[in-house]
Amino acid sequence: MSISAYFASLSLLKLVKNLPGGVSQGIVWGIMALGIYITFRLLDVADLTVDGSFTTGGAVTVMLILAGWPAWAALIVAAVAGLLAGLVTGLLHTKLGIPAILAGILTQFSLYSINLHIMGMAANKAVSVDKYHLLLSSRSIPAAILTGAIIALVLISILYWYFGTEQGSALRATGNNPAMSRALGINIDNMKLIGLSLSNGIVALSGGLLSQYQGFADINMGRGAIVIGLAAVIIGEVLGGAILGKRLNFFGSLTFTVIGGVVYYLVIVIVLWLKLNSNDLKLFTAVVVALFLAVPYLRGQRKSSFAKLKKKGG
Amino acid sequence: MLHLENISKTFNPGTINEKKALIELSLHLAPGDFVTVIGGNGAGKSTMLNAIAGVWPVDEGRIVLDGQDITALPEHKRASLIGRVFQDPMMGTAPNMQLEENLALARRRGEKRGLRWGVTKLERADYYELLKDLGLGLEDRMTAKVGLLSGGQRQAVTLLMAALKQPKLLLLDEHTAALDPATAAKVLELSDRIVSENRLTALMITHNMTDAIQHGNRLIMMNEGRIILDVSGEEKRQLTKQQLVDKFAQLAGVQMESDEVLLSK
Repeated sequence: MSISAYFASLSLLKLVKNLPGGVSQGIVWGIMALGIYITFRLLDVADLTVDGSFTTGGAVTVMLILAGWPAWAALIVAAVAGLLAGLVTGLLHTKLGIPAILAGILTQFSLYSINLHIMGMAANKAVSVDKYHLLLSSRSIPAAILTGAIIALVLISILYWYFGTEQGSALRATGNNPAMSRALGINIDNMKLIGLSLSNGIVALSGGLLSQYQGFADINMGRGAIVIGLAAVIIGEVLGGAILGKRLNFFGSLTFTVIGGVVYYLVIVIVLWLKLNSNDLKLFTAVVVALFLAVPYLRGQRKSSFAKLKKKGG
Repeated sequence: MLHLENISKTFNPGTINEKKALIELSLHLAPGDFVTVIGGNGAGKSTMLNAIAGVWPVDEGRIVLDGQDITALPEHKRASLIGRVFQDPMMGTAPNMQLEENLALARRRGEKRGLRWGVTKLERADYYELLKDLGLGLEDRMTAKVGLLSGGQRQAVTLLMAALKQPKLLLLDEHTAALDPATAAKVLELSDRIVSENRLTALMITHNMTDAIQHGNRLIMMNEGRIILDVSGEEKRQLTKQQLVDKFAQLAGVQMESDEVLLSK
């Protein structure tokens, strides 16, 4: 296919039609990214539990709605389930001395079995918007965007408040300087437990929202969630820094994390529109995240590195 | 105020790296004692401070602070009684948090941290005055991230934080060693001021013998996990550097060429 034929085959109308779907999905994943932000940015831990707890949230939500629960109540239970998953990772890490990243992998691994049990040993479970009252659905995208945005805003407000309290400050201090935190009487093990639980609670809530949005829960729906979350966090930071600069406060950082999720999904929509094979999406995402994570390091290298000295001396 | 009774600590016991860091060490501080601690590398100075702070449990002995047996308390539970400043200026503050947030964390040292607001308006006004007293211009940078401050500024802030909620004991672990001489002198002067203004009981490790003589009311010298010299009052005031070097050579059984050896890290 020639280049002109390729461009001729791209329909701008189709792109415009697909963008709102990207926004609504992006908000849901952006909410998950808020959870990632807590562990990755505040606690300074890469928590891999999320790939499992996201699915847990979806599975619990769908099963409870199928059992006749109202969607909002199902979501709350889903969040509690995620909270417990985070607590397990936290206990493995703080009480049994397992490195955080490994503790997360272990919990995530075990959650695969647990999630299957939750879904009655089925790999996926559908919940039809025609039969049940769902909070949001891909059938009516504008409403889904509105609902998602409201939930995101409420969550951001709660997190902004919490991390401004004494306990929230202690949690941030724990991630920032554990030695100082201990010296100031902060029980850093407890802070890690709280942070990991809170994070996975939010992630599971987001999983519950996605399962309603897409109308089903799937055993693999959380695969790669950590990477998408990191992408959202990083995109949000870059955008927030570029737009607000030094005025970017904590509320702004949280808001831009959700916006990062939206931007990520808009990019996905565009990339798919450009006819990239959807099987290559994960590779594409990983490369983008790796690049962004490398930027601060490479910037430092540009200022001073052995390679630079060699160039200069040679 | 502080009683160390026969405390011992051995690192890596039963291995080739076994190190008896503290050997049946006893030390008693009266309220208001400001003790400077000197000794060669590996003498056990930092180990003693870490034992008091509860970084790890001691093998034997008892630690009593302000009438309370704290031997079995973990580090974060002792924190309500103890203020600390570390050698590394980066260690005492949280770089990504604002200056006022750091101070607010320190003001609540050892207290239960609940869901009240982390920094209140009222305390902000206090911090402004306290920072102004430091004379470093930090009162106008209260919402700046601490990571943007210099090493000397951060160490001054850490000192302020250590005394913000009055501790029963202040531990200064070579807190000026990483600073340039001019800044070190300022931070030392500030340490003196904070200790005397708050009538604190303090232990200060230093590698600088002149500082050890000039500051505090009591001086102890350590060697191989033991206290080998303890002078206070008039006797300490009369001390000279040369006397200290001679004493060390005599007591530790080492021939000292100069204080360089004693000072070396």
